[in-house]
Amino acid sequence: MPVPPRAGIPADLLEIPMIKRNLTAYGFMCAALICFTFFAWYPIVHQFLLSFQQTNFVTEAEWVGLDNFRTVIEDPAFGTAWLNTLAFTGLALLCGYVVPFVVALVLNELRHCRAYLRFVVYLPVMLPPIVGVLLFRWFYDPGPGLFNQILDLFGIPGLAWLDSTSTALISLVIVSTWMNLGSATLIYLAALQNIPSDLYEAAELDGAGLFRRIRFVTIPQTRLILLLMLMLQIVATMQVFLEPFLLTGGGPENATVTVAYLMYQYAFVYGGNFGAGGALGMMLMFVLLAFAAVQLRLTREEKM
Amino acid sequence: MKPRNLAILLSAGLALAAAGCSSEQTPAAQSPSAQSTAGGTAPAAAAAPVTVTVACKPPKTDPRNRKTWEEDVAEFQKMYPHITLESTDNFPCFDPQTFPARLAGGQLEDMFFVPVTNTSQIISQKLAQDITPYVESVKTYKDVNKDVLSLFQADGATYGLPSAGYGTGLVYNRKLFEQAGLDPNTPPKTWAEVREAAKKITALGSGYIGFGEYAGGATGGWHFMQHLYARGGDVVKDGKAAFNSPEGKAVLQNLKDMRWTDKSMGSRLLIGWESLMQPMGAGKVGMMLGAPDVVPGVVNGFKGQFADYGVTVAPEAKHAQIGGGGFMFHPRATPDQIKAGLLWLEFQFLTPGKGQFNLERGKAIGNAVGVPDNTVFAGSPTGQAIEDLRKANATVPVDQYAGYNQGIATVTPKPEPPMAQEIYAVLDVAMSAVLSREDANVDELLAEAETKVNALLSKAGVAG
Repeated sequence: MPVPPRAGIPADLLEIPMIKRNLTAYGFMCAALICFTFFAWYPIVHQFLLSFQQTNFVTEAEWVGLDNFRTVIEDPAFGTAWLNTLAFTGLALLCGYVVPFVVALVLNELRHCRAYLRFVVYLPVMLPPIVGVLLFRWFYDPGPGLFNQILDLFGIPGLAWLDSTSTALISLVIVSTWMNLGSATLIYLAALQNIPSDLYEAAELDGAGLFRRIRFVTIPQTRLILLLMLMLQIVATMQVFLEPFLLTGGGPENATVTVAYLMYQYAFVYGGNFGAGGALGMMLMFVLLAFAAVQLRLTREEKM
Repeated sequence: MKPRNLAILLSAGLALAAAGCSSEQTPAAQSPSAQSTAGGTAPAAAAAPVTVTVACKPPKTDPRNRKTWEEDVAEFQKMYPHITLESTDNFPCFDPQTFPARLAGGQLEDMFFVPVTNTSQIISQKLAQDITPYVESVKTYKDVNKDVLSLFQADGATYGLPSAGYGTGLVYNRKLFEQAGLDPNTPPKTWAEVREAAKKITALGSGYIGFGEYAGGATGGWHFMQHLYARGGDVVKDGKAAFNSPEGKAVLQNLKDMRWTDKSMGSRLLIGWESLMQPMGAGKVGMMLGAPDVVPGVVNGFKGQFADYGVTVAPEAKHAQIGGGGFMFHPRATPDQIKAGLLWLEFQFLTPGKGQFNLERGKAIGNAVGVPDNTVFAGSPTGQAIEDLRKANATVPVDQYAGYNQGIATVTPKPEPPMAQEIYAVLDVAMSAVLSREDANVDELLAEAETKVNALLSKAGVAG
């Protein structure tokens, strides 16, 4: 007995075998798979192998067991780099996680100039990172730099910013927050605009003020996005490299040496020790994987 | 285009690109000649056609020297018709950050340039070939300064030849000296005199820096070594850290005093070379430790004037770090390629009156001739011949470098320590501390650095 045609699908299309019908989808999937294989998975596997090898890229690589991991752990900068990375992550979360959410809340409430302000907030993201960083190098200049000039206007003595162990790391956090504020704000804004307005109306009818509306409507409604952004931000900030590389070179007194910067030092400064760089990279990856796993587990438990 | 076709095209394109990226270039593919001689150790017949790739072709932004390079290549190939010379467009000649990637990707030249800072590392990692059997063929080889040559040698074998060398001295701004009431013809000979001169120059007004220093981007440790060598100290001796010494303490204490007591070093010290060269070119820096090549660097890149700068030997100088660089050969270069490369090295870099030492031509095209940079052949007949050419064709005021020329002959050239980069990273902490913290404790900083460096040396098994 012939199968009746399904509504909306032409009969001749249904006669084409499944694989042939999905050929376009498979084609696009292949492109993605090739990209991931060569530009993500292969480098990960290669780095994993590299972390157990010593190689000069000319002669046969030598398997050295856990020697690279020992080299890294015994490095006097190892502990400092992890502490700095954790401090940077913590500070970057305080600034880079909370500030964009508050900015998004404000932008969402505005009735005028909304598009213009969104553009202004997003503008730093469009600047090439090197330009943004160089801009801050001038801002932070202890002599004629913008920040010290502003402090001077108020009669406050200037700071050493990048040249002091007490201010160097937070100075990098400020740069990072400024450069990434736009993207995070836009994502939060999109989430805020998806919240049904009747929830706010109901809350208002119940007598909720601004902070209670945020607490009982906004945050629960954007919880998934907030959790996702938390994970993305931690993963991104723990890999911080550009700011110390371009602004401080890890100084002063190793105050801004981060794990990713130390990896770079091993591979490209300390005589091409790619094995040690790879070992440190694997450590960072496992820490981030463990964090992501815990975070996903907690999220899942919350849903259940 | 239909979505399906687009998808197929995308996938095929990516697959092809990936296949292209992953295919390894064999030594034979790099050079036709390698095919005929690869695997053989005996030198092939002299007239066998050979192609050799060489580094250091001047960049397109330097059209005059690029043109003379191309003329030299044409002349060289006329002299040696069996050699095809391919010069690559990579500037700077050596970049430690891209070196391993270029090596791994088969992009490194058969004859590549290495600064002396990196030679020991390249040799220890077996990234350069032993060219001992071939070096005697270079006519001026016997005149190469033994101290400079030793930077390209290990365990009795030679892995390259130097092409440029210099020792660190004191670069100073003669114009600022005059403005500050100092005699530019008698630059400071002691560190106490440097301090006094720096104070007077700083007193000229806002923005003037008496003594410039840069310790950003992990350059502090390297500069500490230059100061230490100048005072006669050692970074490593008998396999142990040797910088926690009276000389090492004097280096840090002197810098600390100039930075915080005299306030004659400005407030921006954790900066890179370019950031110091900007005020140097603008005529705001009185003095700095540096090699004579700082002068053309400041003039060509930062709008300085040759007439404003003088170079003398470092104050109280006992030793000077050897700077400069030379050429080494790819681990997979064939004997024919090595021989061809050495012929080019001799022609272009090591013969008075030819290539880089064709100073008559250099003068004609407007190059700065007369800045001292001759430690490769110091004290030899070849060195004298180059010196004579330099004087005959000088375009810069050579008298302003007389202090350096006379003084450097009495200073012992000294190579950098083993594990230089790792040790500099440790010393960078001490150096940046005295330049960024008024309360930095010199003794504690050096003791801490000593412990760390000794641990590094012990782990690496550096022989005592």
